Amino acid sequence: MNPRSVSTGLGLLIVGGVLAIALGADLLAPHDPFAQDLSQRMIPPSWMDGGSPDHLLGTDQLGRDYLSRLIFGARISLLIGTLTVVTSGLIGTTLGVVGGYFGGRADDAVMFAITCRLAIPLILVALTVVALIGSSLTVVVLTLGLLLWERFAVVARTTTMQIRNLDYVAAARAAGASTPHILIREILPNILTHLVVVGTLEMALAILLEAALSFLGLGVPPPLPSWGLMIAEGKDYMFFSPWVIMVPGVALFILVFGINLLGDGLRDLLGVSARR
Amino acid sequence: MRKFLFRRAILAVMVMLTVLTVAFALTRLSGDLAVSIAGPNATAEDVATIRKNYGLDRPLPVQFLDWAGAAASGDLGRSYLYRAPVSGLIRERLPITVCLGLIGLAFALATAIPLGILAAMREGTLLDRAIGSVALIGQAMPSFWLGLLLIIVFGLKLQWLPISGVDTWDGYIMPGIVLAFSAIPALLRLTRAGMIEALSSDYVRTARAKGLSTGSIVLKHALRNAAMPVVSVAAVQLGFMLGGSIVIETVFALHGVGYLAWESISKNDFPVVQAVVLVLAIIYVGLTLLADMMNAVLDPRLRGG
Repeated sequence: MNPRSVSTGLGLLIVGGVLAIALGADLLAPHDPFAQDLSQRMIPPSWMDGGSPDHLLGTDQLGRDYLSRLIFGARISLLIGTLTVVTSGLIGTTLGVVGGYFGGRADDAVMFAITCRLAIPLILVALTVVALIGSSLTVVVLTLGLLLWERFAVVARTTTMQIRNLDYVAAARAAGASTPHILIREILPNILTHLVVVGTLEMALAILLEAALSFLGLGVPPPLPSWGLMIAEGKDYMFFSPWVIMVPGVALFILVFGINLLGDGLRDLLGVSARR
Repeated sequence: MRKFLFRRAILAVMVMLTVLTVAFALTRLSGDLAVSIAGPNATAEDVATIRKNYGLDRPLPVQFLDWAGAAASGDLGRSYLYRAPVSGLIRERLPITVCLGLIGLAFALATAIPLGILAAMREGTLLDRAIGSVALIGQAMPSFWLGLLLIIVFGLKLQWLPISGVDTWDGYIMPGIVLAFSAIPALLRLTRAGMIEALSSDYVRTARAKGLSTGSIVLKHALRNAAMPVVSVAAVQLGFMLGGSIVIETVFALHGVGYLAWESISKNDFPVVQAVVLVLAIIYVGLTLLADMMNAVLDPRLRGG
């Protein structure tokens, strides 16, 4: 086996594993992730001094089981990652395909929109929007979705330009197919692989951004077990109990690492270059 | 070339106008700004007073033109929280953020360029793959978490570096390293790709045939050509890093514009939020313009465009 397929396999294993954990959270979690028990606060993981076999990864400052929160946190990360990519993918692909297919003025407008989007400081604007509208899962998804479309647009535009004058598109045009038909039936299926690769990389980014927003207190609201929020809540205790930030941080790192591995593997497999 | 730069400058002005509009619209998202400023415990009377005092009772287009006109002449309004001109606050905080950004960029370039060259010279070997995984690790690392880890290890356990503030120069080291992580993957990949292309080119083959040393070929011939895209991407990355420093400044309690922005967002101090969005966008647009100019100077093929 070559090293490339090993790393792609590892990526697939990580993402598949986290997905299985997220889907089976209700069965896998040993405790209710929201159940507080003030007599059981800040218990270290079971292999450390003072650990308890009842709480494998210990408990947090409110006595909630850390493993159960971690397991349900996978659900939040994947949900936000997926929904954000769907939103931003729809926006970016539409803009990119329209700009790339029609060219001229339409393309100028799309390029201008991309330039403007890049000039807008991402985290700052996302924080402001969440602060003004109020923090909730929906708000985070919509905010990130409305901000993260530019790479989809860039890739959709370039790839559409490459294929818009190919024979099969010209044939469809000559056969009298309507423009929407050409865009959806001829162009879109042929640029889809490129978009899937962009999608994985953007999903990794969206998950990291959600964690950062939640860490700053303007992402997913408590008591939801977002990994970013768990790190924020553990921050005050990290000097004496470093594991409170190690556990969710490692989980976050591994998931994002796995998604990126999978994205790189897909890119090589499909023979596309999506990275700028 | 003049035509090319002129068109870029026009584009930059149009982008700025759009960002100005977005920054204004952003703070009107909540529906009623006066209610947001007054806070949850305010009476209807308080809200009415605030609306009148801040000029929020005027029609939106009037408010926008008023704000945009003042912003164009350098007056960014007054902070509700500090009761002082916003431009003064930003002028006071900006040097810290810019300093952090430059240090982060320096760390990133100092890591990415040598590693990229090394990976290109040993393309396809175990070393190349090991360096490639450095980029992947950098990409997957949550910056705020890395910051906390560094604080625990170097601030608390080893006590080598201060854990917050920049009272001394070494306060910039940890935040600089964390910020560098966000730029290393892109710069590393670009250096590697550029060097691989340059090393397989005719002029490198000629230099080899002339019997020049490997060091001289890599540094004098190949790197000079591979560096061009790296320099322009580095300028753009610096813009992203300044925007991203909001998270890092919060972790390390550095009182730059990022911290100012976070504080203003959490305390509903909207004139400051608007101004920081605008200032960061101006810096970004300025940096991309600079990158375009550098490319135009370095690459004659672009001048016709």
